[in-house]
Amino acid sequence: MEKTWNNKAWFMVLPVLVLVAFSAVIPLMTVVNYSVQDTFGNNAFFWAGTDWYVQVLTSDRFWDALTRNLIFSAIILAIEIPLGIIIALNMPKKGLGVPVCLVLMALPLLIPWNVVGTIWQVFGRVDIGLLGRTLEGMGINYNYVQNPVAAWVTLIVMDVWHWTSLVVLLCYAGLVSIPDAYYQAAKIDGASRWSVFRYIQLPKMKRVLLIAFLLRFMDSFMIYTEPFVVTGGGPGNSTTFLSIDLVKTAIGQFDLGPAAALSIIYFLIILLLSWIFYTVMTTSDAQG
Amino acid sequence: MARIDLEHIRHAYGAKPKSENDYALKEVHHEWNDGGAYALLGPSGCGKTTLLNIISGLINPSEGHILFDGKDVTHLSTQERNIAQVFQFPVIYDTMTVYDNLAFPLRNRHVPEAEVDRRVKETIEMIGLGGWAKKTARGLTADQKQKISLGRGLVRNDVSAILFDEPLTVIDPEMKWVLRSQIKRLHKQFGFTMVYVTHDQTEALTFADKVVVMYDGQIVQIGTPAELFERPRHTFVGYFIGSPGMNVLPVKLDGNTATVGGEHVALNFLPKFKAGAKTELGIRPEFVSLGREGMPVAITKVEDIGRHKIVRARFADQPISIIVDEDGEIPADPRVRFDQKAINIYADSWRVGEEA
Repeated sequence: MEKTWNNKAWFMVLPVLVLVAFSAVIPLMTVVNYSVQDTFGNNAFFWAGTDWYVQVLTSDRFWDALTRNLIFSAIILAIEIPLGIIIALNMPKKGLGVPVCLVLMALPLLIPWNVVGTIWQVFGRVDIGLLGRTLEGMGINYNYVQNPVAAWVTLIVMDVWHWTSLVVLLCYAGLVSIPDAYYQAAKIDGASRWSVFRYIQLPKMKRVLLIAFLLRFMDSFMIYTEPFVVTGGGPGNSTTFLSIDLVKTAIGQFDLGPAAALSIIYFLIILLLSWIFYTVMTTSDAQG
Repeated sequence: MARIDLEHIRHAYGAKPKSENDYALKEVHHEWNDGGAYALLGPSGCGKTTLLNIISGLINPSEGHILFDGKDVTHLSTQERNIAQVFQFPVIYDTMTVYDNLAFPLRNRHVPEAEVDRRVKETIEMIGLGGWAKKTARGLTADQKQKISLGRGLVRNDVSAILFDEPLTVIDPEMKWVLRSQIKRLHKQFGFTMVYVTHDQTEALTFADKVVVMYDGQIVQIGTPAELFERPRHTFVGYFIGSPGMNVLPVKLDGNTATVGGEHVALNFLPKFKAGAKTELGIRPEFVSLGREGMPVAITKVEDIGRHKIVRARFADQPISIIVDEDGEIPADPRVRFDQKAINIYADSWRVGEEA
């Protein structure tokens, strides 16, 4: 077919371009702009080049926070994905149990981040919280304000409570799409429970699992609200993730330049890791 | 390979069936001979698949017993019954290769790998997927996938029976014929007991030695294709088998004369039936001859379908179909004659015999 060239067509694309410009390009460019300049206030800016990037990338503070982020995401994924699959496998496929389970599963997802944080902050307090008091009553040393391990456990349990449902619902959607004939055929073929999971259920859940994995990775890597509400990044710096560090730099210390550079680096890390995960998982999909 | 006995099987999907209508399967009592090729024929929802799933053990019947070679297997699982079943839509393990798909049922049963290899290679050739062994099953076409499903049943050569649940639904017509003859050949070669569910009469009649016609949860007739054609036990079999189906005309019976409208048809036997029953006369379109003599009919439509014509007409105010040869003449004042030998008489839809 002959390609027609019509410049007027660009007008049709214009609204989208404007929208994307305002929602993504301009804010991002502002950050890029800040990241290569220095200011001493009074709206006076000086060219700083890559200084801030070098500063951020050579600081222990950045690498420590990044390590914490990576460990946190790894733990979250290692718990939520298998747990989500197990719960989804055990959910009823028909009957009254289905809506009940679905609603129960969806409930945590409906609660805003900061509310979840506040709930757990109160729940875990040693003086008035149900969980904190109970654990202390049982003789377990649990105080997320002073004990880094307790703080981490609290954040992880909270995130698992909040977000495992998402994995469950996605997996469940994949599972119910499997026709009965597959299970019947598996029975006829004498397949074990594990084989049914490995060769029927897992392949059918692969796509939704990819989505669940990416969503949970991105979300947990960007975690901010919960540690901010519950621990404030402490005790010490033990729960200071990149996001918390970023806010401290930008708003606490008002170091706009380093904060902007950190934002860009943070953004690129998430982009890069997500791309790697996606590529690895979809290639194995194509081969497998 | 086994003989399968179904003893007074009834099945209802609901927990507490209240009336006869709650049963998807009403009393099936039947014996499948070892090595027989059976077709279960019937319209959708008549209980064919239910019966099949009861034989394979995917469903436990509400009542009755199943025996394999005289051994009660009613409460045994599918695995323990050693049954192969092929489903309507292809079921494949799509992350596995074609080879592994076929090897799967054998490996699950801990067959030695050398034996697995031998049988899988044999089966792959048999279903014509020789060049595809190392391919992942996912990218295949629907009929290749269905061949794999078939293959997974055929690879186990020690099965009690192979059950087919409308296996050729998704296959192209041309391929259907090829696959069907392949199944048929395998039956001859290995003597599996085969039960083949279908709603396609051609498929049933060409595949099976014995066709089991089901209607509304019961078996209405079991017979060879010829028996089903010539002596349908139930008016349903008459309608369902044949194209077009049997003409069924409500008649009044008086001795060996059947009266429909104002016309009298002489019978060559004296039918025996209970007084007050609804009586009908059945005659296949093939045995109605159109000519200048006999009883008058009014022709409404002529369908030319190639080798012959189907004449739709009204006879004594009842619709009737007549098959006329391609070059057969249709007279201006058409009249029909019934071949006396081909007349069946029905009382309350069931065929009646001769008065003793």
